[in-house]
Amino acid sequence: MTGVVEQIEDAAPRRRGGSRTTLVIGLCLTGLIVLLAVVSLLWLPYAPSDISGGRLEGPSGAHLLGTDKLGRDLFTQLMFGARIALIVGIGSVALAAVLGITIGLIAAFARPWVDDSMSAALDVIIAFPVLLLAMLVVAVQGASLWSAILAIGLAMSAVIARLTRILAHRVLHEQFITAARTSGTRWPGIVAFHVLPNIWPTLSVSLALQFGAAVLAEASLSYLGLGAPPPNASWGRLLQEAQGTVLTAPVGAIAPGIALVVLVLGVNFVADGLRDFADPTRRRAR
Amino acid sequence: MSILELRNARFAYGSRTVVDDVSLQVTEGEAVGLVGESGAGKSTIFSLLLGLAAPHEGEVLFDGQPLNRRDRALMRRFRGDVQTVFQDPYSSLDPRQRIDRIVGEPLRSLGIARGADARRAVADAVRSVGLDADVLARYPHEFSGGQRQRIAIARAIVSKPRVLLADEPVSALDVTTRIQVIDLLRTLRAETGLALVMVSHDLSAVAALCERTVVLRDGRVAEEGSTRGILSAPQTEYARTLVSAIPRLPAA
Amino acid sequence: MSLLEIAGLTVTAGGRRVVDDVSFTVAAGERVGIIGESGSGKSVTSLAATGLLGAGLSASGSVRLDGTEVIGASDRALRPLRGPVAALLFQEPLTALDPLMRVGRQIAEPMRRHLGLRGQELQDAVRTALADVSLPDERIARAYPHELSGGQRQRVATAIALAGHPKLLIADEPTTALDVTVQDEILSLLDRLVAERDMALLFISHDLAVVARMTDRVIVMQRGRSVEQGEISQIISAPHDPYTTALVASARALDAALDEPAASGGSEGSGR
Repeated sequence: MTGVVEQIEDAAPRRRGGSRTTLVIGLCLTGLIVLLAVVSLLWLPYAPSDISGGRLEGPSGAHLLGTDKLGRDLFTQLMFGARIALIVGIGSVALAAVLGITIGLIAAFARPWVDDSMSAALDVIIAFPVLLLAMLVVAVQGASLWSAILAIGLAMSAVIARLTRILAHRVLHEQFITAARTSGTRWPGIVAFHVLPNIWPTLSVSLALQFGAAVLAEASLSYLGLGAPPPNASWGRLLQEAQGTVLTAPVGAIAPGIALVVLVLGVNFVADGLRDFADPTRRRAR
Repeated sequence: MSILELRNARFAYGSRTVVDDVSLQVTEGEAVGLVGESGAGKSTIFSLLLGLAAPHEGEVLFDGQPLNRRDRALMRRFRGDVQTVFQDPYSSLDPRQRIDRIVGEPLRSLGIARGADARRAVADAVRSVGLDADVLARYPHEFSGGQRQRIAIARAIVSKPRVLLADEPVSALDVTTRIQVIDLLRTLRAETGLALVMVSHDLSAVAALCERTVVLRDGRVAEEGSTRGILSAPQTEYARTLVSAIPRLPAA
Repeated sequence: MSLLEIAGLTVTAGGRRVVDDVSFTVAAGERVGIIGESGSGKSVTSLAATGLLGAGLSASGSVRLDGTEVIGASDRALRPLRGPVAALLFQEPLTALDPLMRVGRQIAEPMRRHLGLRGQELQDAVRTALADVSLPDERIARAYPHELSGGQRQRVATAIALAGHPKLLIADEPTTALDVTVQDEILSLLDRLVAERDMALLFISHDLAVVARMTDRVIVMQRGRSVEQGEISQIISAPHDPYTTALVASARALDAALDEPAASGGSEGSGR
């Protein structure tokens, strides 16, 4: 017997219009950065280490965004930075997804006391600041693109694991899981065909949000000098280098800053827009 | 010989005994109702009969043999022969799967049929529950409670089982739909000789479908016998209270 | 003037009509039932009667409770009505009762508010209220809702509802979530209390037999509309509307099974 609440929920229409706009804006913003990164693979205005331009020049015909303190073209650096942002973003999210989902599923299926211990351990990791964790990894591995991906990915995997665990728990208590068991489906099949498809919508939204967080984390690491070393030009490092000359040559700080905002905002909008599309199948139809 | 049997079964959650020395059996083509109020142990007995849990004492017998849940071949045969319909039509179908996949799951998982054979079996099952073939490409949320329950029944019969275990199959449905599903189950039994074990707190649904009834109370069998006998002349105090408490329509 | 007068009540939720142009009255001391299945709008109607519709639901038409117009009235204007004039009894006592408050206190609150009782007087009144609902055990008053059984919780909810001595009791599927023997007890309890206190009763259910037991007159609702109204005996023996006819026929078929249960030999043995 459906109650009053369900009747009302069914009657209220979804705000499709609003979320579609958000999604589109998000895709445009993200797409812009992706375009920059993809183009950078095929063509760059100058070589990244080319210091032919004058120092701290403003925007001009030869240098769209001017040059940095060493005479390198800023626009080139920006495009290169887009590549790094996306590589670290995708890499760490992929690592977090694989590791996090696996651990989360193990916890969901484990005996209560094992589950509880794992949850406690995850909580400790989550409480740990990402940057501190990153410094640890960098101290061991040395600063590089890969250590950034590793550090950020590891930190994020705890969040993904915790989410996966809760979502999986919920799904495992549904009757259709019992129905799958009585249909003869074994546990690997149940996880693959029933658990994962049902937790994926919510999980994917979370992963999209983590992407933005990863990009910011990488920028912070680079800003602190813990990211990819030069000449790999991460936006974070560009910001750090432009610090001293922010009043005399503002473009050097503004450009990477805006680029970061565009990408992170874009991805967050996409995640928001996805949220409403995450579960288009309503469970109670009339 | 019985197809499915519970012998002196006992099950406890921690220190609380939910099922205490219960024995019951289902023979070919028979329909048994398990009736009881909350806490009677119906759901636990249901799980035991389905091999989802093992009794702490006593045993579950399938075709006279103990049900060894580690014996894969045996379990495969068991699952094909003993199928279920659950109570909540909104929760027993995977919302992210299409109907044809849902109904065909037993065939795939038990290796009973594949490809064109499987598709044919699924279409047949869906038709026998009174639904059109066009439901196959749709998703559960597009259907009403009664229709979803039919789909669940289609999934349950696609492997051509010998016993159908139904846990409150009509309790969550509207009264008008309840009768339709009851009629469907009755027809299926008549056509295929399917045995039925129906757990219910609603005696009228049990009365409509099951010739034998087992009344449970606090994990034990309080009374059992023909449904007619229990309704007209209950032997125990508890059964009498239960029967007299059923709300009846005033005479026409 | 009737105690409850509903005229042209329409409730919309997000553009959809959950209640569509429903009209009926409940006179003082009368017992009226609303019968309908899921999606019929019966529960929303009962909420509208006391102005308890949630956000997202808007009502139009007229609902007069003891002469006061409910639709569009402020909460302030309606508060004096809830308790002394009309009280609600819900289906799920677990959610209707405050889980963190002892039940004795939950009964005392409305008594303090509506009857102005204090101290020892109040304590005695609570004890009497519990005895009235057949819960004479002293320990019940100090118990929390989760420590009680479903039937006990519903008795407590009844005591709370009756604390303000309402003229109208609106019971929305009060026994649906209970075991059949407990349902029987609660229905008898409600029957007795309604008669003793000369209250009007608006009883909502999907179960025709239960409605027949508790009420004299019934409104049949389907998809938000009132499709038929009349004396319960009339509706059951000679329904006019097609939906009502189907509803009665289904209820009859199920009821008949209790007199003519399935017998063995009903299935042919057949191969797989």
